[in-house]
Amino acid sequence: MSGNAWRSTLIKLLERCGVRINDASRTTEVSRVMGAIKTQSPQPRTFSRGIQTVTLIPGDGIGPEISTAVMKIFEAAKAPIQWEEKNVTAIKGPGGRWMIPPEAKESMDKHKIGLKGPLKTPIAAGHPSMNLLLRKTFDLYANVRPCVSIEGYKTPYTDVDLVTIRENTEGEYSGIEHVIVDGVVQSIKLITEDASRRIAEYAFEYARNNQRTSVTAVHKANIMRMSDGLFLRKCREVAENFKDVKFTEMYLDTVCLNMVQDPSQFDVLVMPNLYGDILSDLCAGLIGGLGVTPSGNIGANGVAIFESVHGTAPDIAGKDLANPTALLLSAVMMLRHMGLHGYAKKIETACFDTIRDKKVLTKDLGGNSKCSEFTADICRRVQDMD
Amino acid sequence: MMAAALRGSLVTLAKGLSGARLQPLCARSLSLTSSQNVSESPPARADSTFKVTMVPGDGVGPELMTAVKEVFKAADVPVEFEEFHLSEVQNMASEEKLDEVLSSMKNNRVAIKGKIHTPMEYKGELASYEMRLRRKLDLFANVVHVNSLPGYSTRHNNLDLVIIREQTEGEYSSLEHESVSGVVECLKIITREKSRRIAKFAFDYATKKGRSKVTAVHKANIMKLGDGLFLQSCAEVAELYPKIKYENIIIDNCCMQLVQNPYQFDVLVMPNLYGNIIDNLAAGLVGGAGVVPGESYSAEYAVFETGARHPFAQAVGRNIANPTAMLLSASNMLRHLNLEYHSNMVSEAVKKVIKQGKVRTSDLGGYASCDEFTRAVISNLAV
Repeated sequence: MSGNAWRSTLIKLLERCGVRINDASRTTEVSRVMGAIKTQSPQPRTFSRGIQTVTLIPGDGIGPEISTAVMKIFEAAKAPIQWEEKNVTAIKGPGGRWMIPPEAKESMDKHKIGLKGPLKTPIAAGHPSMNLLLRKTFDLYANVRPCVSIEGYKTPYTDVDLVTIRENTEGEYSGIEHVIVDGVVQSIKLITEDASRRIAEYAFEYARNNQRTSVTAVHKANIMRMSDGLFLRKCREVAENFKDVKFTEMYLDTVCLNMVQDPSQFDVLVMPNLYGDILSDLCAGLIGGLGVTPSGNIGANGVAIFESVHGTAPDIAGKDLANPTALLLSAVMMLRHMGLHGYAKKIETACFDTIRDKKVLTKDLGGNSKCSEFTADICRRVQDMD
Repeated sequence: MMAAALRGSLVTLAKGLSGARLQPLCARSLSLTSSQNVSESPPARADSTFKVTMVPGDGVGPELMTAVKEVFKAADVPVEFEEFHLSEVQNMASEEKLDEVLSSMKNNRVAIKGKIHTPMEYKGELASYEMRLRRKLDLFANVVHVNSLPGYSTRHNNLDLVIIREQTEGEYSSLEHESVSGVVECLKIITREKSRRIAKFAFDYATKKGRSKVTAVHKANIMKLGDGLFLQSCAEVAELYPKIKYENIIIDNCCMQLVQNPYQFDVLVMPNLYGNIIDNLAAGLVGGAGVVPGESYSAEYAVFETGARHPFAQAVGRNIANPTAMLLSASNMLRHLNLEYHSNMVSEAVKKVIKQGKVRTSDLGGYASCDEFTRAVISNLAV
């Protein structure tokens, strides 16, 4: 309905309820009511009743094994999740553009939440990487990676607890490159107001919803004065609306310098694409590598895909040697996103306890057990917790 | 017969000796006449002083330069400094000042400098003074020596890396424009000529210093043309150096490996922005921005500075900065000027103070001030 139709309907409704609206305050009152109805306050959706269906994309290589492991653990925890498995292999759609299969797209649009295993990018297939395709299809603009030190998996850095939020659609990875003359190549880095504002808003909302105290914008505005300057300006503007979260800004090189000396000083970091790529992998290295790091991609229209960021490991595929920790922790992140904090805490504690115990660890964590034994141990712990 | 052969071999030996002595002299920019009177016996004391351009810069730069001057005076080092105060943030910048610095550099060929801070706001010019200085002098290679200090332990000990970074092009090209309102484009330029030049520099450096491996750092899986060209140039140059192992690694994996297992790297070569990141990361691994020396080279000039370049404005006037990086860099400068004796004297003194552990600045966990550390270094000079 158009604005005017809304307004007159509301006025009639309010008059019927007995609220007298005199002409002077009519427009302001009604506008306020309209605003309240139309604003979608970003709250984590709670699914306290009913089973939520989630699209599961097992992936390639060790993908199917670790997906099965995660499904088993969720079953043992009696989490209200139902899985719908879909395959994403690129197909050539009408018009010659590569796209993901329509059933997969429909499933994601319907359920809004997805869990993805590692996808391999064939080198000479002619189509862009699958991750890029998914990103473009669902406009996944934010990549969130919480990095928390895992007790029991020793690294030289023991007190890491930070989240990197990376803008995922533009920046240095716009893919616009030209050969100007033979031997001179120009690569374009694109920064737009809208994308910067969107990612800054997401970062502050994330900080608010997850009880984080500060957000730090990472940039290089002293060198790339216009582009990173724009990103920084947008972050500052958005920070004005979120006075309860502390906002700081820091140069990228200072962040790197301090990160390897004392990572405990950082909380939530927000940054453009390239810096985010580098910093999020740096932080993953601090806690033990990509095999234990969860990751989530948030898109427009409420779509969220959680994934494990390691490779497909074709050399150990099918041998029951894989480590499902990364996919499991991403699934836990998914539960938190959906508001199912109880189940999330249960599964996460079981996983960390198993790793801390060191009795049934997979090879990459330093042990000798199989994936199925690791999974069984976590399932047992989850069931014991009930 | 024997005597003649012996004489002949003695003559060639003498020729070889004097030839070896003359060669490094030619590389230096000072009057040859007085130094040819240098005696054979060590310690060789030059009879004339070298002139070096000094640009203290912003932040703690002036304090660090004072430390260098004091140590040099105490060690009786034959170096004379020509100071220029060039700064963008303190309103001491002008085109004439820049030209003065450049002409001084052209005469002296060697400089020592602090960081000239780049403010975020710009008035017309997108390139900062530091960038312009680099471009005008064509300081294309930045070398940072990442060495663990004996006596100061960090999470990773016994590190010995060299990071070589291309300093004139790449992401720092200062070519930005707002094509549509709200959309800003920043250009990153990679050229084959400069990539080949930095790759050749890296391999030459590795050969000269006896290093075994050179690793190129890139992101060619995403920036296929740009970093692809860089990678291709490195591979082409690598073929000319069969004795040195060549590898390549993607920047995000490189960062991850540096924090998990930095010992797998030896010499790293990379374009501009990645160099900035890895310089600072590696500096953090051995103790921070206060302990890592670095230098910038062009075909004709050498500029010595700290490895991780930060003005550290919060420490101005508080006398807490750590002069180790600047002193080690000054020692490298003395080695470049072939004042081996003085170079070793300064670096040994600094390392001795750090190893003893009694006098340490706050970034290394101690309570000493910058002055106290400098005095400790002076008292440890083995004159």
